[in-house]
Amino acid sequence: MARKNQQNPEIKKAMRKNSTKDFLSMAGIFLAFLILWEAAVRIFAVPRYILPAPTVAVKAFFEYWTAMVPHMLSTLYVIAIGFGLTVIISIPAATLVAYSKTFERLIYPFLVLLQLIPKVAIAPLFIIWFGFGTMPKVMLVFLLSFFPLFIDATAGFKSLNPRLIYVAKTMSHSEWKFFWKIRFPSALPQIFTGLKSSIAFATVGAIVAEFVGSDTGLGYLLMRANGDLNTPFLFALLILLCVIGIILYKMIEVFETMAIPWHASKRKDFLEL
Amino acid sequence: MLRFDNVGMEYRTFSGSTKALENINLDVKSGEFVSILGPSGCGKSTLLFIGTGLTKASFGQVLFHDQPLTDTVNNVGFVFQDHLLLEWRNAINNVMMQCEFRDLDKTKYLEKAKKLMATVGLTGFEDKYPHELSGGMQQRVSICRALVHGPELLMMDEPFGALDALTREQIRMDLERIWMEEKNTVLFVTHDINEAILLSDRVVVMTPRPGTIREIIDIDLPRPRKLSTTETPEFYHYHKHITQLFTEMGLLRDE
Repeated sequence: MARKNQQNPEIKKAMRKNSTKDFLSMAGIFLAFLILWEAAVRIFAVPRYILPAPTVAVKAFFEYWTAMVPHMLSTLYVIAIGFGLTVIISIPAATLVAYSKTFERLIYPFLVLLQLIPKVAIAPLFIIWFGFGTMPKVMLVFLLSFFPLFIDATAGFKSLNPRLIYVAKTMSHSEWKFFWKIRFPSALPQIFTGLKSSIAFATVGAIVAEFVGSDTGLGYLLMRANGDLNTPFLFALLILLCVIGIILYKMIEVFETMAIPWHASKRKDFLEL
Repeated sequence: MLRFDNVGMEYRTFSGSTKALENINLDVKSGEFVSILGPSGCGKSTLLFIGTGLTKASFGQVLFHDQPLTDTVNNVGFVFQDHLLLEWRNAINNVMMQCEFRDLDKTKYLEKAKKLMATVGLTGFEDKYPHELSGGMQQRVSICRALVHGPELLMMDEPFGALDALTREQIRMDLERIWMEEKNTVLFVTHDINEAILLSDRVVVMTPRPGTIREIIDIDLPRPRKLSTTETPEFYHYHKHITQLFTEMGLLRDE
């Protein structure tokens, strides 16, 4: 699906200039916010266990870096497995719902009901069922990230232009070809929307599971920093979580741009300049 | 080749049933270009869908090569009112989609696809995606897609409806040229009197809903038909006759 880029170099240049401008103004606003924060903490002499200055937080980040790395890897591992399960299970499940009315009538209401349960509240139950290992954490990540993708993928499969079914019929198609060449690609934009909300929920799931019962992971460190009233460490962890969140999201966006360059949201048309 | 035997269509809705088509008897011969001309809502698209086997008729039956139609005709190309191209495929791959679905030899048909695209003036646009093409070009790609496998039966459902007058003229002439080479059997739905006369061997004039056949007119004009064909007395005669039919049916008022 790779697409040759035959865009006018001048347009490309103008686009690059534009996105650099966007980035610079964003960074400017962020910097102003940090300066304001720093100034406020110093002027009002806020104790660091309540709110550390950004410089203190950043210093803590580097100070605790080596201590955080193994826990970060543990959290990432949980996210990877839980989110992987989500991708493997919810897309086929969405396909089933889109294809089979019976499946939709029987399973869909049940799944939506399950969605209404505050799943975070189930976390302690998971500890009872699955013990203190990786399992309860993976399950919570899966449970939290499953629905956004499932709902969006189902909507994607169902929003197929029904007239395309006629087109395929006049081509004496097989259902298999129809799925891979028409139904699946036309659902991809919504699948990616789902993946992007799912990955955010996956991170939440991992952290919450580590809050509840774990001796590893960034969530566990957050609880410990909290107990010690070590607020600079808490902020160091928050910085790390932000960075992880951004990187995971960006990774999906990169896949998205590779998979659906044709979609309106990914097009770089002249008019968008 | 394609025969409609007393075909009728009835839609059941909450407020009762509506008759869309009634008593359609039409025998389309092999290699013939037949237009179905009528006002909007007279069921002419439905007739095309029934003839292809995409929709089942409520009454009567359709015979394809003397066999009752039970499924979609296999050797068919269909051009819809909207282009219905896949937005993730470029123009040539949209045309080739037909061959992929039918498991036809790729290299052989790629040549054919390129040649077809050249005939309709799409050379140099093979790599463009649908959103990068104008409406007229999108519909041309869609026509190439319906023709690339050399279908025996070509069904066209107001294919030029969404195009401007100038583009219509050009595509119409392109289509006639291709058809004269390929000799497909064509059923062409339109509400444009000029288009129907200029393209067809026979024009089927339909009444408003429920659609029945008002008259079938043989068009005896030399091919290829040019822009100047509209200035001949014969063309004028056909046009006047059809206009009069529409006036009689109350679809046109001459005040």
